[in-house]
Amino acid sequence: MSEAETANDKLNYLNCEKGFLSWLMSIDHKRIGLMYMASMFLFFVVGGIFALAVRTELFSHGETIVNAQAYNILFTLHGVIMIFLFIVPGIPATLGNFLLPLMIGAKDVVFPKLNRFSYWLYLLGAMVAFFALFMKLDTGWTFYAPYSLENSRAVITATSAAFILGFSSILTGLNFLVTIHKMRAPGMQWGRLPLFVWTLYATAILQVAATPIIGITLLLLILENALNIGVFDPSKGGDPLLFEHLFWFYSHPVVYIIILPAMGIVSEIVPVFSRKPIFGYKALVYASVGIAGISLLVWGHHLFVAGMSNFARYLFSFLTFLVAIPTAVKVFNWVATMYKGSISWDSPMLYAMSFVFLFLIAGTTGIHLATLATNAHYHDTYFVVAHFHYTLQGGAVVGLLAGMHFWFPKMFGRMFNESFAKFSWLVLFIGFNGTFLPQFVLGMQGMPRRYFDYPPEFEGLHRISTIFSFVNGLGYAMVLGNLLYAAFKGKFATSNPYLSKSLEWQTDSPPIKDNFAEIPRVTDWTYSYGATQ
Amino acid sequence: MSSSEASLAPGEYHHIEPEQAYHAAKFGMWIFLITEIHLFAVLFCVFAVYRFKYLAEFERHAQTLDWKLGGLNTIVLLTSSYFMVRAVDSAQRGLNGNCKTWLNFTFLCGLIFLAIKAFEYDTKFSHYLGPSTNIFYGLYFTMTGLHGVHVIAGMAVIWWLRSLAANNRFSTTYYTPVEVSGLYWHLVDIIWIYLFPLLYLIGGIK
Repeated sequence: MSEAETANDKLNYLNCEKGFLSWLMSIDHKRIGLMYMASMFLFFVVGGIFALAVRTELFSHGETIVNAQAYNILFTLHGVIMIFLFIVPGIPATLGNFLLPLMIGAKDVVFPKLNRFSYWLYLLGAMVAFFALFMKLDTGWTFYAPYSLENSRAVITATSAAFILGFSSILTGLNFLVTIHKMRAPGMQWGRLPLFVWTLYATAILQVAATPIIGITLLLLILENALNIGVFDPSKGGDPLLFEHLFWFYSHPVVYIIILPAMGIVSEIVPVFSRKPIFGYKALVYASVGIAGISLLVWGHHLFVAGMSNFARYLFSFLTFLVAIPTAVKVFNWVATMYKGSISWDSPMLYAMSFVFLFLIAGTTGIHLATLATNAHYHDTYFVVAHFHYTLQGGAVVGLLAGMHFWFPKMFGRMFNESFAKFSWLVLFIGFNGTFLPQFVLGMQGMPRRYFDYPPEFEGLHRISTIFSFVNGLGYAMVLGNLLYAAFKGKFATSNPYLSKSLEWQTDSPPIKDNFAEIPRVTDWTYSYGATQ
Repeated sequence: MSSSEASLAPGEYHHIEPEQAYHAAKFGMWIFLITEIHLFAVLFCVFAVYRFKYLAEFERHAQTLDWKLGGLNTIVLLTSSYFMVRAVDSAQRGLNGNCKTWLNFTFLCGLIFLAIKAFEYDTKFSHYLGPSTNIFYGLYFTMTGLHGVHVIAGMAVIWWLRSLAANNRFSTTYYTPVEVSGLYWHLVDIIWIYLFPLLYLIGGIK
């Protein structure tokens, strides 16, 4: 232990400069990553509180705590915060920023000042978004026209916020793409890149390619509200369905911007805790890029019942099914990696495995929704709500937590309480499934989403869901509390507690300011674990 | 900005070789240009959708636009791109004075373009034609307006480059800002080359 303690007294990126401004003005990707993490989880807690308010209102039928309009505002706030401020910047902005240069053996991202500018834009966007939240925004986070043309002030403010946040996302993606192309250490060939980096690469392509689409779409909506240009307003000959097409052309790929890095994290964790080389490295790479590619072609499945030709329906249904192939490749490869491995069930591995379990449910219920006949029944019901919460929360958030537990000693040089981490994982897992499994049943029974009230026969399942949502909230409080405590007061960790072989662990924990004292030379790929090691 | 960076030319950082920085900046700009193209691509799609839907009206409204002014603007922007090329070439040779002169000409062209645009807008407004008149004008003002914003952004960048050239910052080994800004300026030019026939010419001249 004494060796570890002295290691922590050494100069590192956390203690090399002090003061609030040294953080805000920092161009160090590690500090920027941590600042993203702190701000995002702050917003996550706010969005979570709105979620609990929504669930509390739905505890019993009739008005429970708020009236119908306040309810609409609540679920809109929950959606806007969780989507735009938390889960879309999500893993790339936090762990991606922190780890990408470390994993490819670089001293920083290629444009450090642009990186800092991205974070400032994110803060600015967040501020504008919170400003909009006080203006009775009740359109839902999707801003569908023509309803979003009625509450102009709030919609203009909220979409401006999303526009700014989109810019931040584009710049992060651009930075990552150029960094991966131009900053790899000697010997870090494309075929040796860690899989997390590959998923960040695929994500960055989507960020760069798809985000401008939502940017201009939101700009058109702003102009529609401010100047009445008529493109989305049916009373002026415009087409609200066009808004849905343009909106989902980005907002479907964004699901993969969200989920791909989580898959990357799982791909890093599984080999380390199975002490085996990753199975099918190339297949996992192709699957990442394949998912990114296919994701750009499937937006139409959000409009199956909105009015579309039958041919377009068949086509979008078919293309949506295709996503299952690369996704299944990933799941099978993780399972094959574990086969005959020496598996240890530390908390990162628990999270990674629950990711696989929950994402499997998300994916298979996605097939139900991609199927035309069942979609007609499930469309805009709680089945959809449950499905995308399994994707975004069960997938991306659990993936993020897996990564945060795995790289925690790297980030802070300290260790969290492992048994408490396992216990809070259990609370979270039970809470999450208890909240959303009943919602699949509710959806099948015909409970529509976004509704303030429901007939008494839905009350039982709603009550179960609400009770477990508080368990879920408690789980998050425990997880975040444990990590927050450990970041300041945790025991000092050894520099590589999980005995990972990848590059980011081959420097000090926490890393020094410029990551590596000397740029490393890479002679082998990352995943050469012996099965019996 | 830390003191160690102040001694370096802009765009260079402690962690990166100048050669690497040059290639990275160019690559980054190309990626950024892709995002700009995607941005305008949506507007072209939207225009196509409504032109298809309201063909007769779109042709009638297109005839109210002044193709001569649009054509003049095309010539102005193409000329500005030529000046930009000369500016990049001067910077690459380390001729800061020449570079500044060519940048001045480029900036002036941007100004002329905006003046002509303002004159066109004013004519439309004086006939009570605005963004809310109908979808055609809504899109006309959106597309040319957004393009105009890009011209202004480009001019701001050129103004910054001017000050760098005035301080003799460019040399045969360092000219990255002029080159990547040039790429951006050409893109703004190219987008106009698509906007002009789409708005003014197709169906516009009878």
